[in-house]
Amino acid sequence: MITLGFVYVLAGIGFALFALLGLQDRSNSKRFGNAAFWGLLAVSMLAGDRLGDFGNGLLVLALVAIAGTGQIGRAPGGDVPAGVQTERAARHGPFLLLVALIIPAVALAGTFLFKWIPGLADPKQATLISLAIGVLIALAVGMARLKPPPLLPLQQGRRLLDAVGWAAILPQMLASLGAVFALAGVGEVVGQLIGTAIPEGSLFGATLAFGLGMALFTMVMGNAFAAFPVMLAAVGMPLLIKQYDGDPAVVAAIGMLAGFCGTLMTPMAANFNLVPAALLELKNPYGVIKAQVGTALPLLAVNIFFIYLFAF
Amino acid sequence: MLVLIGILIILAGFLLRFNPLLVIMASALATGLAAGLDITAIIAAFGKAFNDTRYVSIVWIVLPVIGLLEAYGLQQHARTLITRMKGATLGRLLTSYLLLRQGMSAVGLTSVAGHPQTVRPLVAPMAEAAAEAGNDALTDGQREEVKAFAAATDNIGLFFGEDIFLAIGSILLMKGVLEGYGYQIEPLHFSLWAIPTAIAAFLIHGFRLRRLERRMQKRESDA
Repeated sequence: MITLGFVYVLAGIGFALFALLGLQDRSNSKRFGNAAFWGLLAVSMLAGDRLGDFGNGLLVLALVAIAGTGQIGRAPGGDVPAGVQTERAARHGPFLLLVALIIPAVALAGTFLFKWIPGLADPKQATLISLAIGVLIALAVGMARLKPPPLLPLQQGRRLLDAVGWAAILPQMLASLGAVFALAGVGEVVGQLIGTAIPEGSLFGATLAFGLGMALFTMVMGNAFAAFPVMLAAVGMPLLIKQYDGDPAVVAAIGMLAGFCGTLMTPMAANFNLVPAALLELKNPYGVIKAQVGTALPLLAVNIFFIYLFAF
Repeated sequence: MLVLIGILIILAGFLLRFNPLLVIMASALATGLAAGLDITAIIAAFGKAFNDTRYVSIVWIVLPVIGLLEAYGLQQHARTLITRMKGATLGRLLTSYLLLRQGMSAVGLTSVAGHPQTVRPLVAPMAEAAAEAGNDALTDGQREEVKAFAAATDNIGLFFGEDIFLAIGSILLMKGVLEGYGYQIEPLHFSLWAIPTAIAAFLIHGFRLRRLERRMQKRESDA
């Protein structure tokens, strides 16, 4: 049976090759830092389960030390000239689009297939496993037809990853910080603070505090999942559901969506907000957040109004 | 109360634009120490969580495919396709993608699209081409805004579609937490109550995409 372990091995090999190719790139003055950074990530993917908790912790400290002292960077240039790209696009265009669509198509088909036929792959991880298989198929089909120099996909992939840089592991780092916050009981303290700030006897005040609290605490944690149990315990359960007899399904469902509005407005949700800015090579790292605030704020107001309207 | 120091460090660190990885590590250490943990326990807890969340970083395995296709002109082809389509305006293109992403997420297909898989190679270059169709080239600032809106549209489609799906993590979390308080609620109830917000998200963001389209039709190189 295929498990997530297979995907980790694949990712580990990928990062190891990025590290080796990076080491050979003499045009990059920071090639040693890059090679060490992606090499450590390869170790984490391939052998993380055997390093032990403290060993993994030391690995993270090394990653932070390399990135935090500015030891990683990207080589200038290396782009395929625009003229060549345009000429190739005229020749291969429809085929390229087809290959690009193989990845989502296989992810889609695999998700259903692995759930219908049990035993092939871990059904809980069906989409991620299918995504990895889709990548392998797309790569094979593309290589067979385009016949590029054998290392071209890895070299170009490495350049894209170097452009993203240390932001590539930011989401994983923030998720880990969330675990330390949980261990230290940060959530309970914030919940108590918000709980004491609500005017007594006002149903609308309580609803407002619940919705705003979900959004604000999500912005701090970068994740609505971390905010939900805290805000429910502090405001949702004692006031909205118990005291004012609100419908728990409405309070929970729409409260969670109020939290999602917070996710749109915070750099802490790095995989949604900062990583795409790096991937699209935006000058402003907060450009995506800027584009989202205008949707998030009115939608947050709508969510708070919906709780008030539908729950009571 | 002292454990809130980690949040202060995060806020200050992001505002002062220190390297976020350093800020996160400093926040984790300070929070753990404030809670009375010893330093090895904090490092071990962080390491365990980092290892448990590796799946977050495996999306980068798509990069060699994207790199290959882009070297052969995928972005140019995506642009050509849009310029040939009559009536494919910036607003219509991104609104269609919003609807598609919300619909796919609502049936649980959240990882099918995303920033590396679809936004960078396809949606962003298509949006740029649509904004330029029958008009001059975009200014640098406008190009930046169009790309940012392509990414934003992906996020909004994902967030306000996925909660309609019964088996998504957030619904299971809500069910679990409410069960802890003695309320038995079927996942379907949470799903149904996500629909009004999904419609509101589509209307609000769709309206903003129309305004973006109008804004991008003017070329004023203001400083």
